[in-house]
Amino acid sequence: MNLNPKIFDKDVEQVPIRKGFGEGLVLAAEKNKNVVGLCADLTESTMMHLFKNKFPERFVEIGVAEQNLASVASGMSAMGKIPFISSYAMFSPGRNWEQIRTTICYNDRKVIIAGSHAGVSVGPDGGTHQAVEDIAITRVIPNITIISPCDAIEAKKATLACLDVKTPVYLRLAREKTPVITTDETPFVVGKAQTFYEANKALLKKEKIDVGIIATGSLVFKAIMVARNLEKKGIAANVLNLSTIKPLDTEAILNLAKEAGAIVTVEEHQTAGGMGSAVAEFLASSHPVPIEFIGVQNKFGQSGTPEELIEYYEMGESHIMKAVERVVGRKI
Amino acid sequence: MISQNHMSLTDNQVKFLEEKANLIRQSIIEMLLEAKSGHSAGPLDMSDIFSALYFHILRHKADEPTWSERDRLVLSNGHICPVLYATMAHSGYFPVSELKTLRKFGSRLQGHPHREFLPMLENSSGPLGSGLSQAVGMAIADRMDNGKVNKKFIYCLLGDGELDEGQNWEAFMLGAKEKLGNLIAIVDRNNIQIDGFTDDIMPISPLFDKFKSFNWHVQEIDGHNMCSIETAIETAKAVSDKPSIIIAHTVPGRGVSYMEGRYEWHGTPPGISNVEGAPDKAKQGEVALEDLRTLHGRITSEHK
Repeated sequence: MNLNPKIFDKDVEQVPIRKGFGEGLVLAAEKNKNVVGLCADLTESTMMHLFKNKFPERFVEIGVAEQNLASVASGMSAMGKIPFISSYAMFSPGRNWEQIRTTICYNDRKVIIAGSHAGVSVGPDGGTHQAVEDIAITRVIPNITIISPCDAIEAKKATLACLDVKTPVYLRLAREKTPVITTDETPFVVGKAQTFYEANKALLKKEKIDVGIIATGSLVFKAIMVARNLEKKGIAANVLNLSTIKPLDTEAILNLAKEAGAIVTVEEHQTAGGMGSAVAEFLASSHPVPIEFIGVQNKFGQSGTPEELIEYYEMGESHIMKAVERVVGRKI
Repeated sequence: MISQNHMSLTDNQVKFLEEKANLIRQSIIEMLLEAKSGHSAGPLDMSDIFSALYFHILRHKADEPTWSERDRLVLSNGHICPVLYATMAHSGYFPVSELKTLRKFGSRLQGHPHREFLPMLENSSGPLGSGLSQAVGMAIADRMDNGKVNKKFIYCLLGDGELDEGQNWEAFMLGAKEKLGNLIAIVDRNNIQIDGFTDDIMPISPLFDKFKSFNWHVQEIDGHNMCSIETAIETAKAVSDKPSIIIAHTVPGRGVSYMEGRYEWHGTPPGISNVEGAPDKAKQGEVALEDLRTLHGRITSEHK
C-alpha cells in the first residue's frame, strides 16, 4: 500500500486533512479550466484561499449564505463549470441540505461540496460547529458520491479525483492535524476501499483473521494503532480504509466479513445513519456477521481538546479495542 | 430613458402573441382537467409573459434545445409548470398532445419540473426560493466565459409568495454585488399564495422599494399587456451594470371568469371541487374553455 513508513513513530508528521483539499483544488484547477471555487465567508479556514490566491477570477465569495452557495453552484454547473463549494460541514451540507438535494442532486448538476470541520475533533468551538450528522443526511440522497479521506495526502488525491466523478460529491474534511498515514504512492480510487493494515497471520499461526475493522476519515489512524496492538495480544485484525462511503465497496466489505466473521466500524460521526450503518445495511442482507459500532452515540458535541472529546465520546483506541473484544466474543 | 426610441410591438405582433397566450391558457385548462390535480391560478396569469418570452423575446431553438448560445429561462416557482409545458409544446419542443400526460406515471411532464424526465428543461424546481440562486450562478458563469458582452440573457421567473423564502434575498444580494447585467428576473405579482392573499400570509410590500434597496434595476408593469412586457424586458436588457427585476402585476386565474382574483384556485384544478363563486364542478372545465374561446373572462374583467 506504500503507506508512510513513519506511521508508528511517535513523531509521525501531522497535517490537517482540509489542507489536502486546498492543495488538491489548486491541482484540479490547473488541470481543468472549468474548475471554479465558491465559499461562504470561510475561505482561509476551509483552505480554499490557496485556490483563490492563484485563480482570483475563478473564485466567487458568496458571503454567509450557504443555501445560496449550493444553488449558485448548481447554476454554474449548468453552464459547464465544475464548482467546488466550501464551508463547515455543519452549514454545508447541514443548513443547505434541501438545496443540495434538489438543485444539485435531483437536478443532476455536478457540484463538489467540501464540508470542513466534520466530527467532534473540531474541538474548542463546541457542539454547534461539530458536524456528526453529515454522512447520514447526505447518504440518503440518490445521485451523490461521499468521500471521507483519512489524511491530507488522501484528501489531495480525492479532491483531484472529483474531476472524473460523474455525480455530485460530498467531500468530508476534518479540521485538526491528523497523522499522515499515506504517501503520494498509496493507491487511491474513488469507490475502492484499501486494506491499510494486514495482520501477520503466519506469526499468529492463524488461517483467518479474527476481526475486520472498517474505518473512515480521521480515525483510520487510531484503527491502525489498535490493530497493531491487538497483534501483540494474539488477535488478528485487518483495517480497511473506507474512504468512499457512497457508493460502498461491497466487494471489499464482503471479503473482509467472510474472512473475519466479525466487523467493527469506526467513524467520527453519529453511529445512527453513518458509515457503520451503511456497512450494516449491506452485510445484513448479504452476509450477516456480528458488528460493533464506534461513533458518537446520540449526543451533541461540546468544547474541549480533540483528544478529550474523542475519549469522552468513546472513539479512542481503548474503545475500539473493547469493541473488538466484544464482537469477537459474539462470533458464533 | 433607454426605451424612448424603442419601437414596441406592432398591432399584428400583439395580436399574434395574445392569440398564442390564449391557446396556452386553453391547453393549461385541458391539461389540468385530464390530470385532475395541479395549479390553475399562476399558470393562467403568467400565460401572457410566457407567450411574449417564447414567441418573441427568447433566443432559443425548439429543435435544438441544448444550443449553447440560447438564453436561459429558470422557472423558480416550479408549481406553475403547466404554463411552461404548454408554452414549450406550442413552441414546438414536443407534441401538444403530450400535454395530456401531465402528472401521470411515466410522463415527461412531472408534477413539478424534473430534468431527468424532460432534459430540455434548464432546471428542476418545486421547492421554492432557489431558482434565483441558480440563475445568478448561470449569469456569473456566463460573465466568466464571455465578459460583459451580453450575448445571452438569463431569465428567472419567480412567484410573489415564494419571496417569503430567505434564500431569494441571499441571491438578490449576490446578483447586485456581481453587477449581473445579464440577469433579468420577473416576479409574478398576483398577490396570492396557497393559504390566502400575500398581504395576509406575509406582507412583502413595498416590493419596488425592497428590490431598489437591494440595488437592482426595478420596473413595475401590467403583466397582461404585451407592449408593457416587451418594453420592460428590452429596457432591462439595456441595463448593463446591475441585474434587473420586473414586477409583473397579474390577475390570478386570468382569463377564466370564476377563477380571477381568487386564491382558492392557487393549487386547485378545475373539475374536482365545488368552489364558492364557481360553476358546479362538472361544469367548470366547460365554462373555463368557453371563457377563453370567447374571451369572455377578459371582457368581464375589463368592465369591472
